[in-house]
Amino acid sequence: MYNRSLRELSAALRARQYSARELASCFVERIRSRDADFNSFITVTEELALRQAAEADRRLAAGDGGPLTGIPLAHKDIFCTDGVRTSCGSRMLDSFIAPYDATVVRRAAEAGAVMLGKTNMDEFAMGSSNETSYYGPVHNPWDLDRVPGGSSGGSAAAVAAGLAPIATGTDTGGSIRQPAALCGLTGIKPSYGRVSRYGMIAFASSLDQAGILARSAEDAALLLGVIAGFDRRDSTCLERPVDDYAGDLNIDLNGLRIGLPREHFGAGLDPRVGAAVQAAVAELEARGARVREVDLPHASLAIPAYYVVAPAECSSNLARFDGVRFGYRASAPRDLEDLYQRSRSEGFGAEVKRRIMIGTYALSAGYYDAYYLKAQKLRRVISDDFQQAFAQVDVLAGPTTPTAAFKIGEKVSDPVTMYLCDINTSAVNLAGLPALSVPAGSCDGLPIGLQLIGNYFEEAKLLAIAHRYQQATDWHLRRPAGFD
Amino acid sequence: MEWETVIGLELHTQLSTRSKIFSGASTAFGAPPNVNACAVDLGLPGVLPVLNGEAVRMAVLFGLAVNASIARRSVFARKSYFYPDLPKGYQISQYELPIVYDGHVVINPAGEDERRIGITRAHLEEDAGKSIHDAVPGMTGVDLNRAGTPLIEIVSEPDLRSPAEAVAYMRKIHSIVRYLGISDGNMQEGSFRCDANISVRPRGEQRLGTRTEMKNINSFHFVERSLELERVRQIELLETGGSVVQETRLYDSQRDETRAMRGKEEANDYRYFPDSDLLPVTLSDAWIDELRATLPELPDARRARLASDYKLSARDTDLLTASREVADYFEAAVGGLGGDPKLVANWVAGELSARLNREGQAINDSPVAPLQLAELLRRVRDRTISGTIAKEVLDAMWAGHGSADAIIEQRGLRQVSDSDAIERMVTEVLAASPDQIEQYRAGKKKVLGYFVGRIMQASGGKADPAQVNEILKRKLHRDDST
Repeated sequence: MYNRSLRELSAALRARQYSARELASCFVERIRSRDADFNSFITVTEELALRQAAEADRRLAAGDGGPLTGIPLAHKDIFCTDGVRTSCGSRMLDSFIAPYDATVVRRAAEAGAVMLGKTNMDEFAMGSSNETSYYGPVHNPWDLDRVPGGSSGGSAAAVAAGLAPIATGTDTGGSIRQPAALCGLTGIKPSYGRVSRYGMIAFASSLDQAGILARSAEDAALLLGVIAGFDRRDSTCLERPVDDYAGDLNIDLNGLRIGLPREHFGAGLDPRVGAAVQAAVAELEARGARVREVDLPHASLAIPAYYVVAPAECSSNLARFDGVRFGYRASAPRDLEDLYQRSRSEGFGAEVKRRIMIGTYALSAGYYDAYYLKAQKLRRVISDDFQQAFAQVDVLAGPTTPTAAFKIGEKVSDPVTMYLCDINTSAVNLAGLPALSVPAGSCDGLPIGLQLIGNYFEEAKLLAIAHRYQQATDWHLRRPAGFD
Repeated sequence: MEWETVIGLELHTQLSTRSKIFSGASTAFGAPPNVNACAVDLGLPGVLPVLNGEAVRMAVLFGLAVNASIARRSVFARKSYFYPDLPKGYQISQYELPIVYDGHVVINPAGEDERRIGITRAHLEEDAGKSIHDAVPGMTGVDLNRAGTPLIEIVSEPDLRSPAEAVAYMRKIHSIVRYLGISDGNMQEGSFRCDANISVRPRGEQRLGTRTEMKNINSFHFVERSLELERVRQIELLETGGSVVQETRLYDSQRDETRAMRGKEEANDYRYFPDSDLLPVTLSDAWIDELRATLPELPDARRARLASDYKLSARDTDLLTASREVADYFEAAVGGLGGDPKLVANWVAGELSARLNREGQAINDSPVAPLQLAELLRRVRDRTISGTIAKEVLDAMWAGHGSADAIIEQRGLRQVSDSDAIERMVTEVLAASPDQIEQYRAGKKKVLGYFVGRIMQASGGKADPAQVNEILKRKLHRDDST
């Protein structure tokens, strides 16, 4: 049952092959016995899972519930969960028990999903390798010496290792798509404003978006349909009907126009990754898609713009962690200044502090115009590039990451090299577009991801293309060695 | 050297919405600490602000009332600083694009010193909480009930030229927000607070002098007093070869002095930038026009109308229109009495106001309603009672002893206008006062007041004073001739 799709699990639950309680217990047991290798969970919520599963069993017995009723899932530990520690991967929130549920968490629970626990992540979602977590690095199930990607590395590893059928994540510059690519999963970052950010601990408010790490496009479509949609608690969440993602998967690829951004196939790309992505595109072409190259002329400016905007917003968003009301507080502070300084110095890790300092600098009087304002202008230019591309093609395709998973420790001491992991993904967040990554090959036994980028609110189209591709290929069905 | 004073005010006005500007928590004053603070007000991880449309409506009403431009698109920005009563580490305010800009009011209208005072801008923002230093010994508490209460910060141009003008402007804004019903203006509760910037320069100089700022002054009197102290301090400094240091100063009303709080070099860099949790506020012309149609009569218009409709003095109209409630009371009473606005004005501004002030009551809470006052004044007008007796009747009405007529009847307070009875009292008093008659005859006409007083006393205040005067004079003159 660790290897089944959501539809299969749902059918089995309805057919009473096993109860939701049994299913939850099996996954909890598997986490307990296997996760020492991966370190993908920060908190396992067994008691809550069994309670939710019992409720799901009642609903199923009454012939009630939907396709997610009784389905176990894991939430990235960035989503607030009522009564459960919500650490955001930080010492700062190691003791923080959220008093409310994030909208994503609430909607999943209302659909009958069963929460197994909270997954490991880069501290405050800042990282591309899951090495900045206060709870230690996460290990890639495909090779335990390698990173799973980040920041949603715990969710990716948990799903890849079969510790959870599906998991939520968040993506600010690639934090769903990059770990999905590195762990052989389907990961979708919806359009900005598609999923409520309420209860999702903010990193960079104008870039953050919740999404899903799953085994297949179909699984992702089922959960996305539940968590997406207007929420009056989030002013940036759009009041716009949600498409029937799971119902609209079987589109005809005939005539679909696919654009390959030249800039995504340039220097730094591992040729084996490039070849795998070209092969995947050829697969779509064989099913009727028309492929052409397009330009995103300002693609190289995405990383510099991103690393001004994201740190600027994070420096402000993380100001509330001051040791006064919740979270880590330095012991025996001498005075207010000392309370602030030591609580924040001791509570935050190095990468978080680096970004707070960069962002504070970028927003300071005299530098604001040169950095923040200029970066905002670049955002506009980058968005315009995408719109010009979408005037010619329906979707963009390319490698999610330039390389497959790298070794733990390999890039952690060189932030700029680490930041370049997001070279193909961060522009999408700057523009607010939807994108997903699907497994599309392997090199040295490690998964490779194909990124599909769509125009605003075209999640359904992206999921359908990915689904069609997965009907024709088996990359998404491959499992790490020793999976069972 | 002759010095010119230059003053600009920032008035922080709490809007009287029921819930906070970015959360559903109540804005009620006086609850136990942190009872009216929800997850959003506490700045818990993951929470997001959602704008209260009522606060926007109120801010726009203000803008329309002060002849300002209304921004069709305004933007919320974050103002960053660390303080325990600022939960998020930033205050959500407006910076580059405020909702109201470029307005003005006229102070001392129609007077010799009429002046037009520019309003640079008025922007929406959230209030901070309060640090409480005396609740727990040796510790500071934080009460976040006020955190997130909507404010408009009204920034004037440096157009004010004296502490008195500053207060006139402040009173003008205070009455406008109260007329609009967008703020209770309660200064004791902090609903209307003033930051004052002041500098001096040689008269004729165009450049502004170095200014100092005084923060959070919460009474008209303190604003005037602190500005006066600061004006004098700056002039003395400059005249003795010193220079003014740009700094924030505190006005200490106990010691009646201002003193330095923090200097320019310690000033925060607030690192303003747009708040991406909130969409820009976009307003349509049609909506603004709709709102314009709901504007009530404002203080200046009402003053002009009262002056022309009721032929009242400038002093009376100023007093009566200082608040909408007083003006409403006055007009209701005039209506009840069917005229005699001068009589009503005297009583509202005099006896009624005195009693309200004594009890610390607002006019809306007056135990004597406008129509009840009109009933009393009707009896003054038809000379059933004298003015002096009327005050006694008002006291009884105030204490809840019934209507004016009932009290007059019960207590037998009708004026004695029987001339025979008054004649008798006059004769008795004169007979008992030969010395005073002597003085009167010697030309000391003031003694007349003594006789009137004695006669009124003898009548228990009920004699008609006009009649007493008339009979008294007649008798004294007759005696003269004999």
